[in-house]
Amino acid sequence: MSTVIYAMYDDDHVLLEGAKKVVAKGLQVKDVFSPFPVHGIDDVIGVRKTRLAICAFLYGLTGLSLALIGMNYFMIVDWPMNIGGKPNFDLMQNLPAFIPVAFEFTVFCTAHGMAITYFLRNKTLPGMKAKNPDPRTTDDKFVMEIHVDESKEAETIALLRETGAIEINKKAA
Amino acid sequence: MHRVEADIREPLILGNKTYHQITEDVCAPVEGKAGKMWYMVFSLAALLALWGVGCIFYTVGVGIGVWGLNKTVDWAWDITNFVWWVGIGHAGTLISAVLLLFRQRWRMAINRSAEAMTIFAVIMAALFPLLHMGRIWLAYWVLPLPNQFGSLWVNFNSPLLWDVFAISTYFSVSLVFWYIGLIPDFATIRDRAVKPAAKKAYSILAFGWTGSAKHWNRFEEVSLVLAGLATPLVFSVHSIVSMDFATSVIPGWHTTIFPPYFVAGAVFSGFAMVCTLMLVMRKVLHLEDYILVKHVEYMNIIIMLTGSMVGVAYLSELFISWYSGVEYEGYAFMNRATGWYWWSYAAMMTCNVVSPQLMWVKKWRRNLTFTFILSIVVNIGMWFERFVIIVTSIHRDYVPSSWNLFHPTFVDMGLFLGTIGIFFVLYLLYARVFPVLALNEVKTILRTTGESQLKQLRAGEHVTVAEGSKH
Repeated sequence: MSTVIYAMYDDDHVLLEGAKKVVAKGLQVKDVFSPFPVHGIDDVIGVRKTRLAICAFLYGLTGLSLALIGMNYFMIVDWPMNIGGKPNFDLMQNLPAFIPVAFEFTVFCTAHGMAITYFLRNKTLPGMKAKNPDPRTTDDKFVMEIHVDESKEAETIALLRETGAIEINKKAA
Repeated sequence: MHRVEADIREPLILGNKTYHQITEDVCAPVEGKAGKMWYMVFSLAALLALWGVGCIFYTVGVGIGVWGLNKTVDWAWDITNFVWWVGIGHAGTLISAVLLLFRQRWRMAINRSAEAMTIFAVIMAALFPLLHMGRIWLAYWVLPLPNQFGSLWVNFNSPLLWDVFAISTYFSVSLVFWYIGLIPDFATIRDRAVKPAAKKAYSILAFGWTGSAKHWNRFEEVSLVLAGLATPLVFSVHSIVSMDFATSVIPGWHTTIFPPYFVAGAVFSGFAMVCTLMLVMRKVLHLEDYILVKHVEYMNIIIMLTGSMVGVAYLSELFISWYSGVEYEGYAFMNRATGWYWWSYAAMMTCNVVSPQLMWVKKWRRNLTFTFILSIVVNIGMWFERFVIIVTSIHRDYVPSSWNLFHPTFVDMGLFLGTIGIFFVLYLLYARVFPVLALNEVKTILRTTGESQLKQLRAGEHVTVAEGSKH
């Protein structure tokens, strides 16, 4: 049987130092809930760098290609129009006029693709239930979640108290 | 902790704040009742908005013949208002995106409301080209959709179509950027809400945000990338708007300096509008500890800088019209300054070139009343700038027999004042139900920029951010 321990702190720096001590003891900090990003916590508790930016780049490439393919089809292949004598027979020659839309559509696809991926990966969508252990973590409290074996429970709680936790709650996993 | 700040740097958050106090201060207007002042301003705005909505229905029902347009002046207040509103809509994303990339911490107190202003202003802007289409129910014709005409596509060589893409991208990306920033703050309100209806509403708005380390990790990445994307986007939008004019062959319009000149003008008017709104908001919502004279001063410096750019652009336009030796061009500018519409040219020059120069005086740019008046003056000037560019350039046609003036009808005026009304209705509603300050982001700068925290830091004491903290 393992137990989930929630250690609450009221200062982000104390939590950060605490997390370092807990990790040094060989325990794993499962998660940290905070009202704002605690800088430096990711490395301590082993949160890997997100790959969202790579996704964004790929969405951008998709947008750019779609825009160029579309404009080539509409303006060059399907129905070339002579507008003020501008070149209408070749994508490359007509490209300067297509830059603005190509740029806007690239940004459009990148931003929205990234936002949608962000919501899906976070599992934050309208109507989702919030799973933060304590409502105060969106105000001014910081909570560290640790999973330990029941046998080590007392020892861990003592360690957490030592790091400056102001409140400790536990529940069975 | 190591020191990174000079001793003379002013704090960005006044008073003895804690993380909890910030939450309390920002949530107070959302959780409390609206004051008398709010109802008064809201009623006034709603009346204006109603007149505007009436004029919109009238225009759509009868056609744009009810505007004062004529054969010569076939673009007037509608496009003036469009460019004016888009320009105002430039400050929000500039503050949240460009200032984020530059790591300007003062942006955090104002970015939320500036972005809200952006979104509402862009909605108002988009209204005008839609109405000018006449048959608004065919507005989807601006999109490249397959159709029964064989398929006849929209013209991708036209700046008017570039505008469609630019404005819709700008609007939707700004909206997403704004909303992603709002989610953690909605979660804060959700977790504090007592009334079940409010709790339910804010739970939906908060998308189930938990604030776990991984969420924040992704949040920061998304904010950074969106800021990186929004930065060129801001500059592209008004550049493209300026190309509506610059790619034509009308003297006074086809100038290559239009894109940078329009962007500078947009930032100029946008920041002025932010000043107008913020100065009222900090008073009414009691945010004097967060939106400080320092913020106003920074914004005024940007107004001064961009105002000077606009001034230089006006003067180089004048110079080039003479230096080019093109008769039509020279006439267009002489006519602007000395023709029938000289008064609008004079208003533009005074409000946009002279008035921002007053900001060189430190005492004035730190004076809130002075700033408030000047911010309105700037926006009046920027409306006249667009009016001057649009109407004076076309009211003297190539053939003197078709020379004409523009006389706005009550519908023209109703649409303009009406959009101001709708804008304020939206903004006032926003100020009641949304966290007007990025409250969780502000907490990240408390430790290093809060007044009492700075004092502790400078005295070499331990910095306290929590209530009754012994740490």
